Amino acid sequence: MIQQQAPRQNNNPRAQDFSEQLSSWPPELVDRRLYGVDTGEVRRELKKPSRSPETLLRLLSPAAEPYLETMAQEAALLTRQRFGHAMQFYAPLYVSNYCRNACRYCGFNCNTHVFRSSLSQQEALQEADYLAKQGFRHLLLVSGEDPEHVPVEYFAQLATKLRSRFASISVEIYPLRQHEYARLISAGVDGLTLYQETYDPDVYLVMHPAGPKKDFHNRLAAVEKGARAGMHRLGIGALLGLRDWRAEAFWTGLHALYLQRQYWRCRLSISFPRMRKAPGSIDPPCPVDDKAIVQMLCALRIVLPDADMVLSTRESPQFRDNILPLGVTRISAASRTNPGGYTFQEDTSGQFEVQDTRSLQHMIRTVYQKGFEPVLKDWDQALQTQQLQ
Amino acid sequence: MHRLNINGYSFNSRLFIGTGKFAAGPVMAEAVQASGTEIVTVALRRVDLNEPNSQQAPSLIERLSGSGVHIVPNTSGAKTAEDALRIARLAQAASGYDWIKLEVTPDVNYLLPDPVETLKATEQMVEEGFTVLPYVNADPVLCRQLTEAGAPAVMPLGAPIGTNAGIRTQDMLEIIIEQATVPVVVDAGLGLPSHAAKAVELGADAVLVNTAIATAGDPVNMARAFAQAVRAAEQAVDADPRGEQKLAEPSSPLTGFVHNHDTTAGATSE
Repeated sequence: MIQQQAPRQNNNPRAQDFSEQLSSWPPELVDRRLYGVDTGEVRRELKKPSRSPETLLRLLSPAAEPYLETMAQEAALLTRQRFGHAMQFYAPLYVSNYCRNACRYCGFNCNTHVFRSSLSQQEALQEADYLAKQGFRHLLLVSGEDPEHVPVEYFAQLATKLRSRFASISVEIYPLRQHEYARLISAGVDGLTLYQETYDPDVYLVMHPAGPKKDFHNRLAAVEKGARAGMHRLGIGALLGLRDWRAEAFWTGLHALYLQRQYWRCRLSISFPRMRKAPGSIDPPCPVDDKAIVQMLCALRIVLPDADMVLSTRESPQFRDNILPLGVTRISAASRTNPGGYTFQEDTSGQFEVQDTRSLQHMIRTVYQKGFEPVLKDWDQALQTQQLQ
Repeated sequence: MHRLNINGYSFNSRLFIGTGKFAAGPVMAEAVQASGTEIVTVALRRVDLNEPNSQQAPSLIERLSGSGVHIVPNTSGAKTAEDALRIARLAQAASGYDWIKLEVTPDVNYLLPDPVETLKATEQMVEEGFTVLPYVNADPVLCRQLTEAGAPAVMPLGAPIGTNAGIRTQDMLEIIIEQATVPVVVDAGLGLPSHAAKAVELGADAVLVNTAIATAGDPVNMARAFAQAVRAAEQAVDADPRGEQKLAEPSSPLTGFVHNHDTTAGATSE
């Protein structure tokens, strides 16, 4: 009989942590470098792109804009080579919008007067049941940051009850400690999504004036704690619109390259959440247009051929349909962004406004017609290396 | 060539098809049929064993059912021997699958197989009665160990998966083939029909192709082309090729005199 293994660790003392690496690419330097690239450098990169920060920086520069079509062709080709035609679906399940943070861009920040609720286990199961009946097999549990309303054990118990119905359960919740991530994994959670929002520490401080989220480095370190605890899937991203997108996309890619090298057993995904107006939140200080999303998606795909690229229902149907072939590999459908939104709280406001309201069935048909194979299940609880409890 | 025989089952086609990358919609099933293959591998992580009919679009297995191809589930996603065993047992319990293509690939990017865990899983799976086809790097010693552990075939890679780079591990594959006592199936990296033909010409018993077919502009015709190339190579092997000659055969041999004018044998010999 084969012995159960603990997740393997990297014990190499030379391993550098990401905040150290990030500090060697400070905002002034990145901005200066991005805006100093010339077209000759871009042309050379496109001839033989490397999987390095330097390549990424050049492809994200204004100088690369004239080569957007070339980049898109390359990105589409790489995606087809590495992922074939598979397009994987997931659904978010908002379990609580109680929050102690004052994030200025968020409709659920602690200063807004929205209807607050946390789902009971029974209510959460009812919502999940609805999603399972729609056909979803990959579930993302989402909550605000208020462990009094939804402690770690809440998610663990929920995952334990859900894991027979879903092939994959991920969490997008407040940062945890490594042993807490391990607890979730033992309950059947296999993925962790945690957006840094902005990789610029100064902008971060302005956007997060109060609450536990104020701590930039605590948030930055949490993804790695999840990886060390044994999470299979790591999701990262910056909230687009808080700062010039070029640098944010660069740091996101830097983070991904780092995680890929350090935690090579983990599957990475990068999201492109574009800030949407929500009641009680500020307007995006640096709006990001469609062309920018295309450039960052293509640049990141060229440097990270194996990362999942995620596009949520924040985006319009037309934009989603057009951008799918450029490197997107995971999408959500018919999302509700408020607790209970699927089955009993249809009317309260969500974290952000959903632009693409097409049903899963509709999306499956659309994706299929565009030449993709809709994949509802792409993982299995049996593949969880850690023992389930 | 001997007819391909794995664990007592014989196959006419030496072309196996993988399906992880899927061609769009029904095209993959058409491509599988056009290839004439008898073995198709399908990732278990993509199969809903609990609720097989829950998928909104017809699954590849449904599309292939009744076509006579032998579906072999693979353990894609497994990072340890234990993962692979768990999912194989589950598939066996739910659907009776007892042939398993074993993939233990902790490296999620290049999907390179872990030799240590693959060997462990093979030993255990053989003990539990599975017919295990292990996917491995082109490592001759590992292939011998897997054979001794009871694998009825070995599946070394030609190049990193999905690269379409062709046969980049030729020297090691030649040793594996030379030493093999079970069929050798070259898996991964084959990008063109000529690569598949080359594998068979080198002496491989079969090849497995996925990316090259699934991501081609016309997967059905690409599948057909692979089938023809594999068949052509098989015929060439049967026709006993002379092979490459490093030295020319001169029309005026330098050593002709030893036959014609042997000075020690006396002049009477002519």
